[in-house]
Amino acid sequence: MSMIIDRRLNDRNKNATNRQRFIRRYKAQLKRAVADVVAERSITDIGRGGEVGIPVKDITEPRFRIGRGGDREMVHPGNKEFTKGDLIARPQGGGGGGSGQGGGGDGGDGQDNFMFTLSKEEFMNLFFDDLELPRLARNVLGDSKQFKYRRAGYTPSGVPANLSVPRSLKNAMARRLALQSPLKRELRELEQSGAPAEEIDALKSRIERVPFLDEYDLRFRHRVKEPKPISRAVMFCLMDVSASMSEQKKDLAKRFFTLLYMFLSRKYEQVDLVFIRHTSNAEEVDEEAFFHDPQTGGTVVMSALNLMMEIIEERYSGNDWNIYGSQVSDGDAFGSDPQRSCARLSRDILPLCRYFSYVEVPDSPSSITPLGGAYSQIQNVNFAMKTVMHRGDVYPVLRDLFQKEAA
Amino acid sequence: MSSVEQRAAPLSRGGDWTFELLQEYDYEIGKIAKEFGLDTYPNQIEVISSEQMLDAYASVGLPISYTHWSYGKEFIRNEEGYRRGMRGLAYELVINSDPCIAYLMEDNSMPMQALVIAHACFGHNSFFKGNYLFKQWTSADAIVDYMVFARKYIFECEQKFGIDKVEETLDACHALMDHGVDRFHRPSPLSAYEELQRQHDRAEHARMQFDDIWRTLPRQDKGGAKEHKVKKAVFPPEPQENLLYFIEKYSPTLETWQREIVRIVRKLAQYFYPQGLTKVMNEGWATFWHYTLLNTMYDRGLVDDGFMFEVLQSHTNVVMQPGFDHPGYSGINPYALGFNMMRDIRRICENPDDEDRAWFPDIAGSDWRETLDFAMRNYKDESFIAQYLSPKLIREFHLFAIADIQKDEHLRVAAIHDDEGYREVRRMLSRQYNRDVLVPDIQIQRYEHMGDRSLVLRYQRLHDRPLTEDAREVLKHLSTLWGFKVTMEIFDDKEGVVDQIEVLPAR
Repeated sequence: MSMIIDRRLNDRNKNATNRQRFIRRYKAQLKRAVADVVAERSITDIGRGGEVGIPVKDITEPRFRIGRGGDREMVHPGNKEFTKGDLIARPQGGGGGGSGQGGGGDGGDGQDNFMFTLSKEEFMNLFFDDLELPRLARNVLGDSKQFKYRRAGYTPSGVPANLSVPRSLKNAMARRLALQSPLKRELRELEQSGAPAEEIDALKSRIERVPFLDEYDLRFRHRVKEPKPISRAVMFCLMDVSASMSEQKKDLAKRFFTLLYMFLSRKYEQVDLVFIRHTSNAEEVDEEAFFHDPQTGGTVVMSALNLMMEIIEERYSGNDWNIYGSQVSDGDAFGSDPQRSCARLSRDILPLCRYFSYVEVPDSPSSITPLGGAYSQIQNVNFAMKTVMHRGDVYPVLRDLFQKEAA
Repeated sequence: MSSVEQRAAPLSRGGDWTFELLQEYDYEIGKIAKEFGLDTYPNQIEVISSEQMLDAYASVGLPISYTHWSYGKEFIRNEEGYRRGMRGLAYELVINSDPCIAYLMEDNSMPMQALVIAHACFGHNSFFKGNYLFKQWTSADAIVDYMVFARKYIFECEQKFGIDKVEETLDACHALMDHGVDRFHRPSPLSAYEELQRQHDRAEHARMQFDDIWRTLPRQDKGGAKEHKVKKAVFPPEPQENLLYFIEKYSPTLETWQREIVRIVRKLAQYFYPQGLTKVMNEGWATFWHYTLLNTMYDRGLVDDGFMFEVLQSHTNVVMQPGFDHPGYSGINPYALGFNMMRDIRRICENPDDEDRAWFPDIAGSDWRETLDFAMRNYKDESFIAQYLSPKLIREFHLFAIADIQKDEHLRVAAIHDDEGYREVRRMLSRQYNRDVLVPDIQIQRYEHMGDRSLVLRYQRLHDRPLTEDAREVLKHLSTLWGFKVTMEIFDDKEGVVDQIEVLPAR
């Protein structure tokens, strides 16, 4: 009689580890593939999981095999017209006459790429692997979900695992000494004075009745929970939406901010985002308006920086906050605006910031824009500047700006 | 009247299955199988979902295996194919173990489940138990335990020595997996416990033998060295074809744990070795028996017409053999060839004609059960075809042989299905299942254990057939395990050593 077992409720994902191993092994290739995929996607789709490909030749496992060429004889089924001695032209490019043995040609499938689908989670992991906010400091207490335990002396109660044996025995010894020594002194006096034996025995048994270890003696190691300082950070996203920013440039800018937004919201639970867009004057907007509202107008960069300062003073002042800024513009600015903006940035804003990145989306890669020209004079380790010309550049630039520093 | 009474009522109608029905079908099929004299391991039938089937696929058909990226790749490949509808899932998966584990997929219909039970639990199962290669090379009662041990061991190695190091070793071993069998020696049976004990003993012995004092001894004087030189001889004295075994025993650089991993992969290769040699027979046998068993059920009225239609439809798909000019042609279908040969043997036994009497005087008219059973037990594909492929079947398959001589401009038809060609076709088809045609003959020629410790292999080239480009990559893996230079000579019987590939370990 056979045994019939229902295994349907057993765990299904037996191969999860093997799958992760595969992804781990081909991380470099996958990262490249992921970057390519993202460059082609529309902004709203960026965060989805998706199909990626790895060149088949990278993942084949070599074996000793017999290749084409040489002499061989093969038997095939389905003869219709051949008789012995017939000559047949060699089939071109291998194909039919190739392998007579079944199961020989399974690997190829005519694909150049081994295509497969990454889940959203895997996709994002590869995508934002080793990116971080530079110079983030843990500097605030409170509001935190992270705790650590600290030793804090001993308590008379606790779980057995925390029992401190030396402490408990020390206490026990002290108690025994305290309780027994007066009795012992009395005993010595009785013995010297020649008291009756019953009395001495009674005293002896009293001494013996003092317990070796009592419940009062027990001491337990005490630990207290302490909140861990956390890092609170705010990212200011400054986007130029003036008339000189063409649709294509806005697309680049929004791509950059979308990636930045996904990166921050994924890696850091406690990051505030402030969206500022500016034409000739700046306004703080919500996420929705920032990414989707088609507003346009003139250009005053200064307005955005001023607004950023105001918001910092109003909401993010003090040392509690790690402040970050990211500005995207095509670099067009007029009159004294670039110089003034540059001064404002380097004098007032940068000292408050951990990191400020400026990404330019200029008309041509060679020309120097007014704003870019002014900003390039800033000498501050907290400031970085990059240029993006094509969709494909966005992700590498983001990676460059937020590359994890080697520990 | 009486015949109507004899016919039992069908066990079920329609496609739905329940566990009670599975039990019933299994019981009936088992009863008929016993009547035919099939000898099987006890069955353990496991009902699983399609995702679990995908899982089972990936670990090379074992219920448990160690962690390796290549299984992940296999899993992803199957999963993608399945999701896109490019490939269906096999209906069955059966493991050569005692008890014999067979998987049923929950989304199959009742007739399909019965088909799988007949095919896997009685067909394959009896083959695993009876065939001489399986008896000799696999220990059905120990394999699952051994894999549990292997998985745990490799997991521990990863913890101790790092994933990358273990992966490198496994990659190298996998590349050499086809060369991990000693065809002319009978392997000793293994049990997980003994294995663990032996591995422990080996490690312990190495530890006990270690004594740092030997390092401090003054070197031997010249006289001693001379003596050594005289003794120097070619090692190994005879070429070795079991590359993994040789590496495990003699590699100058492997750590103990790495040797153990080489051993695990070698044991695994050994376990799969018979399956590669009996594809046609194994599948043919199982297909023949599901066909026979289910038809018997139908004759007895245990199943209805609808049931039989579904079974036959699936059966026909499995045993279809497209011709060489068909777009879907990918070589000879082992199910088709095997099934038809099994059936043909039965025919020769039951209704022989003059041709059969001339070709198979010993089995024509004999008891078909005994003849088939004998064939199943004592043959592998190569010898089975050479022995039993009948002219009638050659005609039915329209088999013809092509000679592909490299220097000739054209391919030549060497033999077809006519009187003068039968033997020729049969001989060539049987050769096609010789392992040497599938796996190149590569042996270890020399180990310079007194010199630079390099290893020399030799590829015995047959009929000018070259190795693929992969060979260099495999040699790189080999040199990682070996730790010193590895050379492979391409040797031809007529011309001697024609070429050689040399690989230095990456250090």
